[in-house]
Amino acid sequence: MNNNLSIGLNSVRKIDLKEKGFKRSLLLTAILLIVLLVAIFFTLVAGSMPTIKALGFSFVYNKTWDPVANQFGASPFLAGTLLTSFLALVIATPFSLAVALFLGEYFKKGIISGIFKNVIDLLAAIPSVIYGFWGLFIMVPLVRQLEMKLNIPPYGVGIFSTSVILAIMIMPYAISLSRQVILMVPAELKEAAYSLGATRSEVIMKIIIPHARSGLFAGILLALGRALGETMAVTMLIGNTHDLPTGLFGPGNTMASVIANEFTEATGKMYTSALIEMGLLLFVVVTIINIIGKKVINRFAL
Amino acid sequence: MKTKLFFLSTVAAAFMLVSCGGNSTKQNNNGGSSELTLLGAGATFPYPLYSKMFNAYHKKAGIQVNYQSIGSGAGIQQLQNKTVDFGASDAPMSDQELKSSPAPIVHIPTCLGAVVITYNLPNEPALKFTPDVLAGIFLGKIIQWNDARIAAVNPGIELPSMHISVVHRSDGSGTTYIFSDYLSKISAEWSAKPGKGKSLNWPAGLGAKGNEGVSGLVKQTPGSIGYVELAYAFQNKMQVAALKNKSGNFINPTLASISAAANIDNMPKDLRVSITNTDAPDGYPISSFSYILLYKSQSYGDRSQTKAKATIDLVDWMIHDGQQYNEPLKYGKLPEAVVKKATDILKTVIYKNKPLLNEQ
Repeated sequence: MNNNLSIGLNSVRKIDLKEKGFKRSLLLTAILLIVLLVAIFFTLVAGSMPTIKALGFSFVYNKTWDPVANQFGASPFLAGTLLTSFLALVIATPFSLAVALFLGEYFKKGIISGIFKNVIDLLAAIPSVIYGFWGLFIMVPLVRQLEMKLNIPPYGVGIFSTSVILAIMIMPYAISLSRQVILMVPAELKEAAYSLGATRSEVIMKIIIPHARSGLFAGILLALGRALGETMAVTMLIGNTHDLPTGLFGPGNTMASVIANEFTEATGKMYTSALIEMGLLLFVVVTIINIIGKKVINRFAL
Repeated sequence: MKTKLFFLSTVAAAFMLVSCGGNSTKQNNNGGSSELTLLGAGATFPYPLYSKMFNAYHKKAGIQVNYQSIGSGAGIQQLQNKTVDFGASDAPMSDQELKSSPAPIVHIPTCLGAVVITYNLPNEPALKFTPDVLAGIFLGKIIQWNDARIAAVNPGIELPSMHISVVHRSDGSGTTYIFSDYLSKISAEWSAKPGKGKSLNWPAGLGAKGNEGVSGLVKQTPGSIGYVELAYAFQNKMQVAALKNKSGNFINPTLASISAAANIDNMPKDLRVSITNTDAPDGYPISSFSYILLYKSQSYGDRSQTKAKATIDLVDWMIHDGQQYNEPLKYGKLPEAVVKKATDILKTVIYKNKPLLNEQ
């Protein structure tokens, strides 16, 4: 009897030890992630010290980017990044909301829904260089024809083409998160609305969307994060000029694209440092947008 | 338990790989082994030629050469850090770069390349450009194809009334460096404003990544003009323009005319020279050398004499027998005079104060 008890206690102790070890390893991984983020931030700050010291805040608002003359101003690229990302969001939001409602409310199960879900997952899995190629060889000629009809320089590439491609690229992220949020709206709420005589569209507009709005916003925010940092497809489609974007169809450039283009052959302390500071700026922009987003989500939350 | 075992074995495998790597480099440093491996890094432009040459050399001499095409800038850096046996660069190192190097470095040219002007116009006319017209187009001063200045050098060709879309490289590139080096020599305005460099603040046009990006955009956009490497243009059978050189002759870019560009009288002894806007009467004006970079004194670190000797023999082979691979791969061959000068430079490379290259 006594013997049995001690064996039991031993195994309890063993389980306890296992639990603690598991918990600790989780904690360690989580801490590692934070350390990594902080380390990246400080590496970027350290790497951009030469330009921070030499140029100060003018790096953010100066308009000239001239590696030959060692003049570095990031404002055209900051403008390009924000412009293309928000335009992409404007294009992508109605589509992703519609598809998410279609999958989350109308076709929750079944073959159609399965096909749609797989296709959307596949869209997310396509490498961005493929989107870039598709954009360059299929979409750009179409945009060029449009530009010829509008009688503006037929570049084809530019802010507009980039935004459209970005919109397609970020949709899967917005859709899958939005769909899950819509599925999570309690059936009781919807049933109550139906029992009061609400139509389906009324239920969607007055019950589902208001109830899911913070989650829907989170999905859009996640998509925006992807658009801000996207590099390859943007480089191929934006036209890569160092000037402020002149219009919807004009060429421009983004921060990520400039870094990718110029870092490999950048020589000289100031030039390298300016490119690293651009990375820092991108880091800061993404952080600010995320903080604003979190604030908005909290306000929306019921 | 199973996962732990897997993890352990992975770590063990990784460790073994690392230690193997360590061993083999050690062996190389000591020399004497039949599996001698030389490491090189640098320019991407001569990579196809170098891989062909190194493959042929491996068959001939049994020496493995591992070349990483990571860009000229990175190649110079790796040589300065002494992590490679030789570096490679399209542009000669600047005085400042040489000063910041730990020891004297020599430049050995291995091949010639050129930048060609390609364009997209209806009916594919064969165009000629003068330096002024070319600079005017890339400065954004000449914006229509039927501009009188273009028509004046292309009599008999009907030029359309189309907007000129300039296409340039968006990524930092040796091709851009050579092209802007040429434009800086022929145009005071260009030299003052965008200047020369691997990335520029372009006064006009669109940027595209890589030779393939520029040629893709030019092929797609009617009325566009851009610049790409000669080898790339030849392989893709692109329309290229003839350029007026310093002697006043219109020269088509060909393998012969880019080799001819290196036939100049006042070639400096160290061969560290830009041959754009060449004096040679039959030379194509936007040609340039691609170089191998070596330390003049090979006895640095724990470098063995065998390894130093193998490096010099390889480079010596590249500028002599290796030259047979240049033209089939669309690289310009070194003229005789340059080969002679390059051999003279190789003879000055020493190991513990003794020259490494045998008299031939």
